[in-house]
Amino acid sequence: MIDLSVEIGSLKLKNPVLAASGTFGYGLEFTPFMDLNKLGGFVVKGLYFSPREGNPPPRLVETASGLINAIGLQGIGVKRFCTEVLPQLQAFQTALIINVCGANEEEYASVVEYLNAYEGISAYELNISCPNVEKGGLCPALKPDSTYSVVKLVKTTSSRPLIAKLSPNVSDIVEIAQSAEEAGADAVSLVNTFLAMAVDVDTRRPKLANVFGGLSGPAIKPIALRMVFQVASHINIPVIGIGGIMSSEDTLEYLICGAKAVEVGTSNFIDPEVCLTIVEDLDRYCQTHGISRIEDIIGTLEL
Amino acid sequence: MRKDSLARITRKESWNNYFLLSFESPEIVQEAQPGQFLMVRINTDTSPLLRRPFSLFSAEDQSGEIFFQITGLGTRLLSEKREGDFIDIIGPLGKGFTVDKDIHQIPFALIGGGRGIAPLYFLAQKLSRAGGVVRVYYGGKSTGDLPVRERFSNVDLSLTCTTEDGSLGTRGQITEAFEADLDKDLSVSRIYACGPELMLRKIAEIAAAQAIPAEISLESVMGCGFGACWGCVKKIRKDEGIGWHKVCEEGPVLNAEDVFWE
Repeated sequence: MIDLSVEIGSLKLKNPVLAASGTFGYGLEFTPFMDLNKLGGFVVKGLYFSPREGNPPPRLVETASGLINAIGLQGIGVKRFCTEVLPQLQAFQTALIINVCGANEEEYASVVEYLNAYEGISAYELNISCPNVEKGGLCPALKPDSTYSVVKLVKTTSSRPLIAKLSPNVSDIVEIAQSAEEAGADAVSLVNTFLAMAVDVDTRRPKLANVFGGLSGPAIKPIALRMVFQVASHINIPVIGIGGIMSSEDTLEYLICGAKAVEVGTSNFIDPEVCLTIVEDLDRYCQTHGISRIEDIIGTLEL
Repeated sequence: MRKDSLARITRKESWNNYFLLSFESPEIVQEAQPGQFLMVRINTDTSPLLRRPFSLFSAEDQSGEIFFQITGLGTRLLSEKREGDFIDIIGPLGKGFTVDKDIHQIPFALIGGGRGIAPLYFLAQKLSRAGGVVRVYYGGKSTGDLPVRERFSNVDLSLTCTTEDGSLGTRGQITEAFEADLDKDLSVSRIYACGPELMLRKIAEIAAAQAIPAEISLESVMGCGFGACWGCVKKIRKDEGIGWHKVCEEGPVLNAEDVFWE
């Protein structure tokens, strides 16, 4: 029996495979395809305090091995989530992580404060890195001081483990991760999408109504992996690796580079069972390689 | 809704850049209703990365068909599939056309423009077998854009074709042919339509002006097809109000009056 469990601080996961926010709806969309209980956990779509309309279409454009999205965090808001969706999620025996959004620091804190009163939530992932909300992709995770400030504020409010989700659109992601750590984050997850664009050469117009969007998918994996390795080498809180994961091999690369767990994103759209396939393949890998605990492989990159 | 990674292609027909693929997937086919769609994974590598949505052209016993035009990388690669190849499909997805339990004798008008004919053959079969009077209007730029017209001779219905260049049927737009019939006192109990946006907007106008119920099938770029990505939205009216709602969940078939054009 292979032990696939990992610990993200006080958050215990039965395996290191989480479904990433924004690619897994509110979780229920995937129940026709798989047993959610078999996941390490899942991160629901980002929630603001109030419902949010999102960006006009077109919101998606496919590029070489990648997807640029500019959804703009459309969502039902935290109150409707707690009355209509959360009761359906509470029965699942898996980590439920809520991705928390805010137009300003106070909104992040008020979403967390609201959610604190509800059972069945395992952790909060602070979405300080969505590129599709402010014009030009502005967000708190672009600067060390704004990262520090929002994490610090929410940490004082949060009754649960707090994961700061970082942006790759910075010159030094280690510096940002260190700010999150200093501010009291229990973990960091990285990376969110890369600010990107695509152009229709016939009309000479951007392919996305929002002009810019966030690039995800296998196209970004090598860059995201490099960033995860750099961050994991320089901070003491757990790192969750995100970016272009399609397989157990991709997952293992992140774990070997120091990620304690991963989030699988875009791949859920293509194969809604992919997270479970990865869990099964990780188990097989451990058996083949004589590894009894997946934790033993984390951060074992040989240089 | 289910996933079938081993739907075997049993037949392929092609006309220039239009294709009709038959595949075997009994469980998905048996659940399917006209107007519903499939998400097809064309390759297991990352080109194309995402699945592509296709309406069901037909669904009977073990087999379904999809009809498509090459419009980009995904459809081009799909067109290169051969008999005996497997495709990975998720479906049936979305809300299809209304097929009433008690069908009366006032005709239904099914209006398809170009590749928008795709979901209307399946619907024509259903309505006709249920005893409905079916009038199909099928239009395109030229004869080559109406490749599946002969399939409709298998069904008890009347078929009107139009081409913009006059190479087949009446010259002009399909909506003009339909309006001409309305002017000749044709009464219609419901319009069902699929095609280019301009055509659908025109149909919505006609339907509103004449107070005919109309259902239209929308095309949209989709990331997943099952509600998770929120990428396929259009401005749609729902109970909770007008906003960006998902075509994959609320549609692809919607009441014409509930769709707001940009």
